[in-house]
Amino acid sequence: MTTPSDTSHHHANAHQDHHANAHQDHHDGDGHGEITFRGYMTGFILSVILTVLAFWLVMGNVFEKSGVTALVILVLGAIQMCVHVVYFLHMNTRAEGGWSMLAMIFTVIIVVIALAGSLWVMYHLNTNMMPNMIHDMKDML
Amino acid sequence: MSDTTTISPREVAAAAPLDFYLKQEHHPQNGTALGFWIYLMSDCLIFACLFAVHGVVGRNYAAGPSGADLFDLQLVAVNTAMLLLSSITYGFCMLEVQRNRLRPAMIWLGITGLFGLTFLGLELYEFAHLIHLNAVPQRSAFLSSFFTLVGTHGLHVTFGVIWLVTLLFQLKKHGLIPENRRRLMCLSMFWHFLDVIWIAVFTFVYLMGVLP
Amino acid sequence: MDLHSLILGRLGWDAIPFHEPILIATFAAVLLGGVVLIAAISYFKLWRYLWLEWFTSIDHKKIGIMYMILGLIMLLRGFSDAIMMRIQQAIAFGDSTGYLPPHHYDQIFTAHGVIMIFFVAMPLVTGLMNYIVPLQIGARDVAFPFLNNFSFWMTTGGAVLVMISLFIGEFSTTGWLAYPPLSGIQHSPSVGMDYYIWALQVAGIGTTLSGINLIVTIIKMRAPGMGMMKMPIFTWTSLCTNTLIVASFPVLTAVLALLTLDRYVGTNFFTNDLGGNPMMYVNLIWIWGHPEVYILILPLFGVFSEIVSTYSGKRLFGYASMVYATVVITILSYLVWLHHFFTMGSGASVNSFFGIATMIISIPTGAKLFNWLFTMYRGRIHFDVPMMWTLGFMVTFVIGGMTGVMLAIPSADFVLHNSLFLIAHFHNVIIGGVLFGLFAAITYWFPKAFGYKLDPFWGKCSFWCWLIGFYMAFMPLYVLGFMGVTRRLNHFEDQSLQIWFQIAAAGAFVIALGIASFLIQLVVSYRKRDSLRDFTGDPWNGRTLEWSTSSPPPSYNFAFTPQVHDGDAWAHMKQHNAQRPQSGFLPIHMPANTGAGIIIAGLCTLLGFTLVWHMWLVSALTFLAIIGGTIYHTFNYKRDYYIRAEDVARTEAERTRLLANHV
Repeated sequence: MTTPSDTSHHHANAHQDHHANAHQDHHDGDGHGEITFRGYMTGFILSVILTVLAFWLVMGNVFEKSGVTALVILVLGAIQMCVHVVYFLHMNTRAEGGWSMLAMIFTVIIVVIALAGSLWVMYHLNTNMMPNMIHDMKDML
Repeated sequence: MSDTTTISPREVAAAAPLDFYLKQEHHPQNGTALGFWIYLMSDCLIFACLFAVHGVVGRNYAAGPSGADLFDLQLVAVNTAMLLLSSITYGFCMLEVQRNRLRPAMIWLGITGLFGLTFLGLELYEFAHLIHLNAVPQRSAFLSSFFTLVGTHGLHVTFGVIWLVTLLFQLKKHGLIPENRRRLMCLSMFWHFLDVIWIAVFTFVYLMGVLP
Repeated sequence: MDLHSLILGRLGWDAIPFHEPILIATFAAVLLGGVVLIAAISYFKLWRYLWLEWFTSIDHKKIGIMYMILGLIMLLRGFSDAIMMRIQQAIAFGDSTGYLPPHHYDQIFTAHGVIMIFFVAMPLVTGLMNYIVPLQIGARDVAFPFLNNFSFWMTTGGAVLVMISLFIGEFSTTGWLAYPPLSGIQHSPSVGMDYYIWALQVAGIGTTLSGINLIVTIIKMRAPGMGMMKMPIFTWTSLCTNTLIVASFPVLTAVLALLTLDRYVGTNFFTNDLGGNPMMYVNLIWIWGHPEVYILILPLFGVFSEIVSTYSGKRLFGYASMVYATVVITILSYLVWLHHFFTMGSGASVNSFFGIATMIISIPTGAKLFNWLFTMYRGRIHFDVPMMWTLGFMVTFVIGGMTGVMLAIPSADFVLHNSLFLIAHFHNVIIGGVLFGLFAAITYWFPKAFGYKLDPFWGKCSFWCWLIGFYMAFMPLYVLGFMGVTRRLNHFEDQSLQIWFQIAAAGAFVIALGIASFLIQLVVSYRKRDSLRDFTGDPWNGRTLEWSTSSPPPSYNFAFTPQVHDGDAWAHMKQHNAQRPQSGFLPIHMPANTGAGIIIAGLCTLLGFTLVWHMWLVSALTFLAIIGGTIYHTFNYKRDYYIRAEDVARTEAERTRLLANHV
């Protein structure tokens, strides 16, 4: 589907490939940390521990109050997300000149606003505008 | 914040050696990895909306079955293991790529794909079972939200597997050329990202869903 | 399900609105115009040229121009809707029901909103950023040229779906944001809502990808020496705008997807029963909707900064504070969304928070205005047409902003929500801000894109008609809103209101003259182009890098990438008498044209159409074709070529000659 206007530049293409290779090698160095077996295994083991812990807390009914369980597994989940991001996604402050980190932080802020904001707003809306629903909800439990 | 447009002779002299044009060819840095990362951030936001919806209507059972009634946490644990293993096997693939070893890289990539397919298979089995119990998406807002959230994640994994297979063909054809390395890097980001989302899914949907 | 319904779904001859004379007449006109256009292109044998040079082009300049053409064509459609509504509302009092029955009227106001926001403002703003940003940062193209082409065709696909709905089926009647339960399957079972959904989803993909593209371009492809705080201010506002796009359009995608599931599969996200919560839709859609309006205005703030600076012959006052203000607006725009539904019942504590946040967000905008005024102060101001639009903007936008702060007070909003006061407010800021800014930008950058200036006389006609017409059309609406008139009504009982509507209708006609003047301006300028020619590439004594290129720029933009040493890079270069190198040209690496963008986008548009009409078999096949086509495209690794050094040398020598003859 392409329409290159000039096809007689094999030497130019080789020149370009050489450049691209050189730049690829050059740019692999900046940012994406050297990936190591150790890094992956650390991340893997931490993830397994955090996952097993969370499942055990729920399936084993470890805490009396479900509220406590909920809070703990949320925290465990958040920690595991960080583990994945650091050990599998190799996130650090140098990747892409710091822009990856900035993009992620910005996204996290927006996600928190959208989640917390929605829950806060919807809770108030439901309380004020749908009292019957809460009544029904109580019946269901 | 000076607004002057006049310059003193001293400033001109000092500016004389300024070069205003780059004589060599200018190669801007390749933006594929950053661009794909930003796409993943946008995908994160889509999932955040789905999670927000689940947070709001996730307990609206409409007198139908709840998470506690339906969820098979052991199956979910197995599925979680499948995805986690697939993450580590992709990591091994990238290690082989770093060592410029094409065949081992392709093998690990293939194994990753198999884990992914297993994950999908188990998920489809779970969905089929729920539907058999008449716990269908149309039954309640909770079930609508459950199927949509988990299903959207599953759809992403499906596209990931299709992409993985395509990449295997492209690796076979062209080897570990820079373009393919970029694609492997992007798929790697995609794959790990899906595992991150799955953490949120099993925590927020399944584990919290069975709690009263 | 039989084969007939698998292939054709619910499409049938009854889909064509034979019973609506207005539509049939419109269809006939469009058909005639289309046939003439196609015949003309065929007669002048331009198909090959159009395909090779424009439709498959990945050149950001050509794509930018195509976006502008799309936006301007859709402006005519959106404005026709406006005129139709103004006429209806001016005559439909008491016994007179006007000429538009409610069902038709509802489609018109819905289409008007959808088209103006998604298919006029967004394409025009995107087109502007696409054309200008790479030039301003000294780059040859955007980061992902193919995606750029694809994004354009996806936006066009969405517009095509909306236009098709005029003649095959109908459009949505729910208002431009389609609140459920009205937009759910029970209350809007017909195809109109589905056209709405798929048009927005197709266009939305294009927009999101374009956002990613421009962010990476600005971050990665700036000329050496151009640090973040040396970027042109328009590039800064583009960066923030595209950040808003990437961080808000996914929300729209998700919400529309959930509504789609409700409609197609029977889920219960936004239904009234089985646990659904329609208020959640309103909440989520405005989490998108508020950043959206900042997406529309921020680029134009950048435009005004460039224009004020250039036509005052001065560096922009308070560059750093302008940057901070833009970033603050970007972040704060996520904290105000509830002000769009104060009346839905979230209560005093929630309303107060969002009301206060809304007032706070007006502060950085105010800071920008002061910076513009301080830039003008003691400058040598040239009252060219772009500057006139800018002055019109300053007055008009401030008024609109003030009424916005009024609406930010929840208790006031309880009276004014969904009244004509609200309509007047947002048209005030959108027309005064976005539209005036777009006309200013078009006039400012037209010579760069086409090589000749726009005729100033018709430009001034357009400006005055728009300015006067706007106030005539919308000030009465503020009055009506205060008096309690609700929006989206097609008939009124109270005869005493009629005079206001008649004034508003007259204002709409004055605006129509403004649009006509603009179209005449385009024709006249083309015919007089030799006398309006821009030979130097810098007709306004500009300050940023795009003015260092020829008008129009060569396909490669810069023969040599500029080295930047200061903000207002071109002004700095002129100050220091920088000389264009006349030799030592190198081959230039460029991306190649491709048809993959238009083909895949065309398939996506077709998919949207088949889903509207429930043509499931065709949908499935189209979807497979999209996947297959995309995979096939990824097997193409050869997507570039080199412009030969001799060709570059020739082009540059030509420019040197032109400059020498016209200095």
